[in-house]
Amino acid sequence: MKKDLYNFAIRMGDTSWILSHRLCELCSFGPFLEEDLAMTNVGLDHIGQAEEWLNYACELSDEDVDADFLAYRRKEKEYRNVQLVEYPNDDFAYVITRQFYLDVYNYLLYTKLTQSKDATFAAIAQKSLKEVKYHLRHSSNWMVRLGDGTEESHERVQNAVDDLWFYTGDLFVMPESEQNLAKEGIIPNLADLEADWEKMVLEVFEKAGINKPSYEVLASGSFDGQHTEYLGFMLCEMQYLPNKYQDAKW
Amino acid sequence: MSTDNQGPLWEVFIQTKPGAPFKHAGAVHAYDQEMAIENARDTYTRRHEGTSMWVVKSEDIVAVAPEEADAFFDPSDDKIYRHPTFYEIPEGVKHL
Repeated sequence: MKKDLYNFAIRMGDTSWILSHRLCELCSFGPFLEEDLAMTNVGLDHIGQAEEWLNYACELSDEDVDADFLAYRRKEKEYRNVQLVEYPNDDFAYVITRQFYLDVYNYLLYTKLTQSKDATFAAIAQKSLKEVKYHLRHSSNWMVRLGDGTEESHERVQNAVDDLWFYTGDLFVMPESEQNLAKEGIIPNLADLEADWEKMVLEVFEKAGINKPSYEVLASGSFDGQHTEYLGFMLCEMQYLPNKYQDAKW
Repeated sequence: MSTDNQGPLWEVFIQTKPGAPFKHAGAVHAYDQEMAIENARDTYTRRHEGTSMWVVKSEDIVAVAPEEADAFFDPSDDKIYRHPTFYEIPEGVKHL
């Protein structure tokens, strides 16, 4: 059970952590000043969430590790983040769509987690939910603005929606660890979130004039340490300093 | 990226606590009302600065033109009887 709690804390922490890095890459590259601030604000919120989850993971770990170790010193296969957040910032429409897919998911998941039988899970969820609600508002508004905007913005956001759809199946997979926790009432059944997720996503698509992608999604492996080809490059950059200077302190 | 595609300018007013007056905080660019209030939030209220906020399109604000300032404000200079400076303020009266 402790291992299962650890696995889920890592999954949540890593997802926020990897996404925060993608958002921080945008710092000073936003389409304009105000949006630059907005995206990096969301990134900072995710760093905060990652810190809480990874700190709790350390408490649950049998090894003597701290959150910095988990963030900076693990190998690629030991990360359990969802694959969606690894996708690069190809285009502002991809940044927003990636965020939107995850915000809807986080909104549903954190809402359920506030009822968790694990007090720490519930507390982290309670705190994060306020932030997530704002993230969702921000990304939903942009989906509509881009989808219902100019011909070019519509085309770009539709491309992003189609390309990133592929990675959304991964959000709802229930590996053994997660099944154990769901049985104990510690986390919701992730597969059950899918119908609500799709409903919320499609409501925004409709307002935005975006078409639902017509292909089946990939449902595999992030919980197992399977990642897209992008994560390795991200970790090279994120872990550069701890790898080069083993004794570096903040 | 050119600088003229950031949308119109909006003025931001923040209330620091319930009941307090809204004070001008600055301006943001945005394409619509939703975006204006979100940009204002992200630009000006990230460190607990506010409990409420207004945004208004800069072009909707009616302002005194600098060249009209004399006609608007100078006439009050020589009429000190317009100021309540001749009254004794009772003790205990605050915010006056």
